[in-house]
Amino acid sequence: MNFDDTPEEAAFRAEARAWIDANAPKHLHPILSGSGFGTSAEAGEIDMLAEAKKWQKAKRDAGWACLHWPKEYGGRGASPMERVIWNQEEGVYAQLSFTFIIGQGMCGPTVMAWGSEEDKQRLLPPLAAGEDIWCQMFSEPAAGSDLAGLRTRAVQDGDEWVVNGSKIWTSGAHISQYGILLTRTDPTVAKHKGLTMFWVDMRSPGIEVRPILQAHGQSGFNEVFFTDLRIPDSQRLGAVGNGWNVSLTTLMNERLSIGSGMSTGFEPLLDYATRAPGPSGGRLVDDPSIRSKLADWATKASGLKYTSMRALTALSKGEQPGPENSIGKLVAGSTMQDIAMFALDQQGEMGVLTDPELAAHAARFQQTLMRSPATRIEGGTDEILRNIIAERVLGLPGDVRVDKDVPFEKIPTRA
Amino acid sequence: MQFDFNEQQNEFRQEARRFLAAECSTERVRKALEGGGFDRQLWQGVAEMGFLGIAIPEEHGGLGLGYLELCAVAEEFGRALAPLPIVSSIYLAAEAIKSFGTPEQQAAWLPRIAAGAAIGCLASVEGERLTEKSTRATFANGTLNGAKLPVLDGDIADVAIVLAKEGDSLSLVLVDLAQDGIARRTLDTLDPTRGQAELTFTNAAAERLGDRGEGWAMLQTLLDRAAVLVAFEQIGGADRALEMGRDYALERMAFGRQIGSFQAIKHMLADMYVSATLARSNAYYGAWALSTGAAELPRAAATARVSATNAFRHCAKNNVQVHGGMGFTWQMDCHLFYRRSNQLALALGSQPDWEEKLVTRLAAANEPLAA
Repeated sequence: MNFDDTPEEAAFRAEARAWIDANAPKHLHPILSGSGFGTSAEAGEIDMLAEAKKWQKAKRDAGWACLHWPKEYGGRGASPMERVIWNQEEGVYAQLSFTFIIGQGMCGPTVMAWGSEEDKQRLLPPLAAGEDIWCQMFSEPAAGSDLAGLRTRAVQDGDEWVVNGSKIWTSGAHISQYGILLTRTDPTVAKHKGLTMFWVDMRSPGIEVRPILQAHGQSGFNEVFFTDLRIPDSQRLGAVGNGWNVSLTTLMNERLSIGSGMSTGFEPLLDYATRAPGPSGGRLVDDPSIRSKLADWATKASGLKYTSMRALTALSKGEQPGPENSIGKLVAGSTMQDIAMFALDQQGEMGVLTDPELAAHAARFQQTLMRSPATRIEGGTDEILRNIIAERVLGLPGDVRVDKDVPFEKIPTRA
Repeated sequence: MQFDFNEQQNEFRQEARRFLAAECSTERVRKALEGGGFDRQLWQGVAEMGFLGIAIPEEHGGLGLGYLELCAVAEEFGRALAPLPIVSSIYLAAEAIKSFGTPEQQAAWLPRIAAGAAIGCLASVEGERLTEKSTRATFANGTLNGAKLPVLDGDIADVAIVLAKEGDSLSLVLVDLAQDGIARRTLDTLDPTRGQAELTFTNAAAERLGDRGEGWAMLQTLLDRAAVLVAFEQIGGADRALEMGRDYALERMAFGRQIGSFQAIKHMLADMYVSATLARSNAYYGAWALSTGAAELPRAAATARVSATNAFRHCAKNNVQVHGGMGFTWQMDCHLFYRRSNQLALALGSQPDWEEKLVTRLAAANEPLAA
C-alpha cells in the first residue's frame, strides 16, 4: 500500500510539470490561488477570458489540451490516469480552463459519440483549442431532477426544426458560440421516448440569453429563450426520439472529481479554530464543546480524500473506479454548509458581517454559507444522488413512476 | 498509486472469509451469546489457519507477515462477528509483548499466543473512564495489587498486560494469570460473544513490560495500533449490516411493493453506504500509516477509529430499523451486529476519547513547526 507513481506515471508527471513550469502564466498565480487578497482590483483589470483562451491555445499547441480526446480532434489520446496526473500538476492554472469544462468534458464527448464525421472535424478541434466555448441546454424551469419532463418543443419543417421554449441554469451561455440542446419532438409518446438532441450555433436568430440573479446575489448561470429558432436537421445528434440516450452520454461524461476529492471546507475551519479565541479564553479548538463536531467533519474530509485515492488506484491499474466515488458531492455539499454555519456561530454577532475586511478568514465562511445551497442541488440534488446510490450501487428497485407509460401530453402538470 | 491491498493480501482475506463462512456462522456466534461460553474449538481452528500469528515474527512461531495482512483478516473477523478474543490477545497483548517485551518475555509468550495456546488481554480500566490519573493499581518489588474492570476477555485470558502505578508514574506490567494471587469475576455485558471480567490482583507476581514510567505512552501507542485493526473489524461489520438491510429491503413486501422501493428506506440505506465508504477509506489510511510506520499514525489511527465507530453503529442501528419489528426479535441476527457495534465502540476507549485525540492531533499538525 503506497501513494507512489509507477515509473511510467512518474515520467509523465515530470514531463507535464516541466512544461507547465516553463509555460504557465505565472503572473496570474496569486489571483488564481486566492492568496492575493487585496489584488481583486488588479484582477479586475485583467481580461480573464482572454487569459483562459491563451492558456488553452498554448496547451493545444503543445499537445496538452483535452488529454482524453483522440489526437485527430485536438486531444492527446492519453489514459485516464495521465489525465488525472495532468490535472494535479496543472493545479491552480486549471481554473483558467473552467470556461471550457462543459464544452470539453460534456458537449465534446456527446458530439464525438453521436455527431457526423464532418461535424466532428469541424467542431471539435476549435473546442480543444479554446477558440469556441460551448454550453449545455438541458434543465428547464419545470424539468430539473425530472429532466425527461422537459417541454422545449422542436417541430420539423422540411429540412429544419423550429424550436420554442426555454432553458435554465445554463452556465456560460452568454459567452458560448455553440451549445447542445435537448428538445421534445413528440409529445404523444411517453416522456423519455419523445426527446431529440441537437447542436446549435448560439449566434442564431431566435436565441436570447438572460443572466439569472441567484439567491446569493451573483450571476453565474443563464436562462436561454428560443423563439422560432431554426436548426438544420443535419445538426441533429442521434435519431429522432433517441435524445434521452444521447443525454446519458453527456451526463456520464460529467467531469470526474477524481484526484482532488471535493472540498468540505474542513481545512479552513481547522485553521480558523486554531487561531481564533475560544469562549473561555484559549484557542477555539481547545473548547471541549466543539470537538465532537470537529472530529466528525475531520473524518468526512479525510474519508473523501482517501476515497478519491482509492479511485486513483483503480485508474492507475487500468480499471474503472468503483461506485464509491459517487458519494463525493453528497458528503461535501452538506458538510460545507454545516461547517459554514458552525464557523459563523463561533464568530458571535460578528458572524453576520460579510465585509472581508471585518469578517474572519476574509468572509470565506459567509461566502460558503450563501453558495452551499447550490452545491446540494446542482448536478444532481442530494435526494437524486441518494436514489442513484440506492439503485445503482445497492441494487434497490427504481421508484414507482406513475408517468412512465403515459403519453407526455397527458401527464398532469398541476396539483 | 497502490492505495489498496495487493493480490496476495486479498487472497489472504478470501481465505479468511471462506474459513469463517464455513466455521463461524451466526448460529455459532449465537452459542456464545446464549451461554455456550468460549468457543475454544473455533479458536484453535483460527490458530491452525495461521491467522493469530500473522504479524508475529517467524522466530516466535508466527507467519512474520505485515500489518496489512492482519488488517485484511481483521475485516473478516468483524464481518463474521467472530466470538473470539482477537482484539485482546492479538491486537493488544501480542503487540505489547512484541513491541516492548524483553527477548525472554517474547520467547515465553509469543509462540503460545500465535498457536492459540495462550490468550492475552489488556487490563487498564478501573471502573471509570480511563485517564492518566485514574489508575490505583500498584506495582512494586515484583508484585501487583489492585483491581481492573472491565477487562475484555479477562474471563478466559492466560496473561494480562496491566497498567499500574510504579512509584509516582505509570508502568506496564506482565502478569501470568495462572497463579494464586488472581481472582476473576465474569461480568454481564452488552455483547457476551466477547466476554468481560473483573481481575483482582493480591500480591500477584508480575514483571515490568518495557521501561519504568513509560506506561501511559506505551499504552497510547498500543491503542493507536489496535484502533486501526479494530477499525477493520468495524468496517467488516458495517458492510455486513448494510448488506443485511439491503437484502431485507429487496425481499420484504409492504403496501404491495418491495420496501426497498420507498425512498425513505432507500435513502437510509444510501446514507449507510456513505458512512461505510468513508470509514473504509479512512481505515485504509490507518492501515497505510500502521504498515509503513508513518509519523502520522496517531492522526491516521484516530481518524480511522472515529470514522469506523460511527459507520458500524450507524449501519447496525439502521439495519434493525430497515427490518422493522422483525429486526427486534431474538431470532433475527440484527441485534448481534447492534451489540457488537457498541461493544467495539467502547473497547479501547469510547468515541469522545478518540474525538479528543483526533482533534488534538489535527490541531498540533496544523501548527507551524517551532523554529
